[in-house]
Amino acid sequence: MNTAIDIILVLVGVGAFFGLVLALADKKFAMEVNPLINEVEEVLPKGQCGACGFAGCAKYAEAVVENDEVPPNLCVPGKAAVAAKVAELTGKKAEAAEPKYAHLKCRGTKTAAAMAANYQGVPDCAAAKLIQGGPKGCKFGCIGFGNCVRACPFGALSMGEDGLPIVDKDICTGCGKCVSTCPQAILTLQTFDAPVQVECSSHDKGPAARKLCKNACIGCGLCMRSCTHGAIKLENNLAVVDQSICKTCDDPTCLAKCPTKAIEAMTGVKKTQQTA
Amino acid sequence: MAEYLTLFIGAVVVNNFVLTKFLGLCIFFGISKNLSASVGMGMAVTSVMTMSSILAWIMYFFVLQPLGLTFLTTIVFVVLTASFVQLLELIIKKQAPALYNMWGIYLLLIATNCIVLAVPLLNVENSYSLMKSIVFAIGSGLGFALAIILMASLREKLVYADVPKPLQGIGIAFILAGMLSLAFLGFSGML
Repeated sequence: MNTAIDIILVLVGVGAFFGLVLALADKKFAMEVNPLINEVEEVLPKGQCGACGFAGCAKYAEAVVENDEVPPNLCVPGKAAVAAKVAELTGKKAEAAEPKYAHLKCRGTKTAAAMAANYQGVPDCAAAKLIQGGPKGCKFGCIGFGNCVRACPFGALSMGEDGLPIVDKDICTGCGKCVSTCPQAILTLQTFDAPVQVECSSHDKGPAARKLCKNACIGCGLCMRSCTHGAIKLENNLAVVDQSICKTCDDPTCLAKCPTKAIEAMTGVKKTQQTA
Repeated sequence: MAEYLTLFIGAVVVNNFVLTKFLGLCIFFGISKNLSASVGMGMAVTSVMTMSSILAWIMYFFVLQPLGLTFLTTIVFVVLTASFVQLLELIIKKQAPALYNMWGIYLLLIATNCIVLAVPLLNVENSYSLMKSIVFAIGSGLGFALAIILMASLREKLVYADVPKPLQGIGIAFILAGMLSLAFLGFSGML
């Protein structure tokens, strides 16, 4: 009988003690969570892509509510609509994030690019790159095992029959997941108003580049000389377009000049969205 | 001193909780996909285990044993560790946000973990002194950290290995754990 009472006393004692301590601690160490954070999080697209620079939507919601310096327009996938709602909730000034899409700077299709090796390993770009920089002759181009396709949280990328990934610009939110995944770093985020793009990343010298890929930029400089705005420069055997100047051009003379057609007009681009 | 060293080494490698006693396997497989998370988890387990061992030791030798209620040990320790982890979480969240960001999320995972319960139980079963209990708890925690960090490093390497389809994911992890465990059994003659 005594033992039974002891058991009850000890267990009730322990339970009551910790219950009390936890209750007190909960009061004493209470964290005030701003209910606005949850509201903001509800508005965000929850792709958890991290394009805003925070670790997921919840972290961004917290930062944008708590920190005055964090602008409401960092959510790239959410575009203007989400930026406007976040701005409204947080009372910050709304400036829409400029919509962007991922663009592959390589035209080394199966037919155009020469292969240097027959790769039989794991179908993964990063793994293939570890062996002599990938199976293609060109060490700068797309390896084509689709790490970007797997990284896309929105299903905007698919692997084309020519061995290069295709970006569906209508689905692409410009979150940049593929850009950071690509071991070759040849995906770039592009605004919709860029008229012209060099579709090559090769820094090989002209003859070498041409031998390895029919569509390569050979660094001849014809586009640079033909551009009346001075928007194109040659950097290490590769033509680079300064988009901030190029945007204003309505008559791209450079396109016709390129001997390998490595420089291309960006066609089929969807209209820039209205900013809120 | 030599006694403590033996106890410590024994807890870390020879009687490694994960790889020779097969305790705490749920977090061992759950967290070990990522190295930095494993380091955080190892730290969290070590510190929680040390502190709850002290609490449990006091509880056992000052309350349960004098009252002759040693058969309640398991139940009381479960309540003790679970509530203690809750309390620790509340305190850390408020007082040390940096620490909370680092391993706060793992704290609740280990609230009812078997290693965290096993260590205080073994302490009282072997009638260790308070000092010995602390050394044993730290050793066991580090042993767990060692196991999970080894495992995470291996699994991060596995990402680029050509694993046969039926074994991908948790299957190959079990095989790896088995091999690690075999390796750790090699320590068994040491003490």
